[in-house]
Amino acid sequence: MQERLLEVRNLKKYFSTKKGLLHAVDDVNFFINKGETLGLVGESGCGKSTTGRVVLRLLEATGGEIIFEDKDILQFSKDEMREMRKEMQIVFQDPFASLNPRMSVSEIIAEPLRVNKIYKDKIDMSKRVAELMDTVGLAERLVNTYPHELDGGRRQRIGIARALALKPKFIVQDEPVSALDVSIQAQILNLMDDLQKEFSLTYLFISHDLSVVKHVSDRIAVMYLGKIVELSDYKSMFKEPKHPYTQALLSAIPVPSIEVKRERIILEGDVPSPINPPEGCRFYGRCRYRQPICNEKTPELEDIGNDRFVACHFTNNLKEATV
Amino acid sequence: MENNKNLIEIKDLSIHYIVEGEGTVRAVEDMNLEIGKGETLGLVGETGAGKTTTALGIMQLVPNPPGKIVNGEIYFEGENLITKSPAELRKIRGNKISMIFQDPMTSLNPVMTVGEQIAEVVKLHQKVNAAQAIERAKEMLEKVGIPADRHKEYPHQFSGGMRQRVVIAIALACNPTLLIADEPTTALDVTIQAQVLDLMKHLKDEFNTSMLLITHDLGVVAEVCDKVAIMYAGNVIEYTDKKRLYTEPRHPYTIGLFGSIPNAEEDEERLNPIKGLMPDPTNIPSGCPFHPRCPKAMDVCSERKPKNTEIEPGHFVKCLLFEENVK
Repeated sequence: MQERLLEVRNLKKYFSTKKGLLHAVDDVNFFINKGETLGLVGESGCGKSTTGRVVLRLLEATGGEIIFEDKDILQFSKDEMREMRKEMQIVFQDPFASLNPRMSVSEIIAEPLRVNKIYKDKIDMSKRVAELMDTVGLAERLVNTYPHELDGGRRQRIGIARALALKPKFIVQDEPVSALDVSIQAQILNLMDDLQKEFSLTYLFISHDLSVVKHVSDRIAVMYLGKIVELSDYKSMFKEPKHPYTQALLSAIPVPSIEVKRERIILEGDVPSPINPPEGCRFYGRCRYRQPICNEKTPELEDIGNDRFVACHFTNNLKEATV
Repeated sequence: MENNKNLIEIKDLSIHYIVEGEGTVRAVEDMNLEIGKGETLGLVGETGAGKTTTALGIMQLVPNPPGKIVNGEIYFEGENLITKSPAELRKIRGNKISMIFQDPMTSLNPVMTVGEQIAEVVKLHQKVNAAQAIERAKEMLEKVGIPADRHKEYPHQFSGGMRQRVVIAIALACNPTLLIADEPTTALDVTIQAQVLDLMKHLKDEFNTSMLLITHDLGVVAEVCDKVAIMYAGNVIEYTDKKRLYTEPRHPYTIGLFGSIPNAEEDEERLNPIKGLMPDPTNIPSGCPFHPRCPKAMDVCSERKPKNTEIEPGHFVKCLLFEENVK
């Protein structure tokens, strides 16, 4: 039986805006097993990054529970949380904005060690920094360089080394390769795969790029307007997506091959506003299978067997729903 | 490529940026490309490969200084654009050749209604009065799937995908024969990208417009292009029709690119990235610029610049592996 590292229950994050309450994360449930990668995909504004931040309590949740190793971290005091953060780290999307330009590479990587007073001895600390640089494939000579001297791929390696410094169990990867060129992106994805095996890490991998998410994830959760609409292992999801939104999303991926010809589902319109969303399925306005009930009752994320979860009133019954 | 009449022909084009104190950036080197009527050429490469400079070269908009077209010719409808006067070029730009930029947030004027922005190009290039221009603008909005009565709205009232549609409407308002699209869908979400690509395909068929599509996404190329040119450090290293590029890529860099991208249709355990980094543009490696990263590099690759070799009719590769008399 696989062991659960993290479980999120009824997680909510609302922001108050001038126009009303913005439901960024609305009643989200998922769990991640030890050593596993859960991919979280969705388009801009669907709440995937907010989810990642709320899970680490970088943003305070509006409601729900976040169980990490059997404890609800939302109940933790500030001091307890600081201790907990050693176990939970994050790698950010933009390696140009997430590194302090006035700190050298070694200072950036050493910062979490210094803040948490891990080493009394400076020599021990620089040894650990050198070890981390080696782990992520940064040449030793770069130790005193500054971020602006380095390219995106190397900067992202610094971000990864910093996240690894405290030997965490869990890392939120928030679009870690989106800002990189494809040849560099592949290097970083392989590195993260190696690190996961070497240090038995558990990842929450957030991305808008479905091909990347499929490559790295064991299971995938698809988000739409603050809600998870489908969650399943990557193979079944790509073979047979159940939710109409997942179907459209997968069909829209441009595949770098001319042999694969797929029927493209072109969605109408744009994502509606997440401010004061009405009752009913959030995808209602763009769904080609919509029925009256979809506009009245919000579908719950239901277990449809084989560890697959779908939030749709007409799962496995979509054809009949088209009239 | 049995196109009898090419709309645009680029011959031996080289564009350099001369940066004082830092040396010369050879942004485009010895480029030879052609696009037939109604044809779409995909120009693919990573950051700094010279894709956008190529587009600016065709538009004659390379910032000078520091940029300079040092060699070559660009024939558009049989005439060399490089020898044209600024006044002649103004009549072509936005009229016969138009361009779509990557970021729809910054390429629209925030204080002008979208209708006026479309009407502006029409008024500039066609003999119409203001009312007729607005009518044309409304027509174009409908064509790109935006209700005509929204022409009085400002860019901030539209979503990203809608703004890119407005940009496309501006670009197509004068029925250009050549459309240059520089990463037109990169800033968009995938379902919106699918909408915009679909729209571009329809409009291309309707107006028989030729297109130069600049992108880093081989998936998008597979979707819309007829021919593909792969660029690396200023050089077109492989150039052929789409089918051959996807079924028999020959240049080691092209093969490396395909190995680097996760494919949603396949179940690869591990990616095969290209080792190393893009070279410093002011300090391009000697010989073949790709040789330090190339898994098949030979000794001669660091000494000799590869020539453009036609390995079979219509399939060009710049690599010493395919040249005769190289051991």
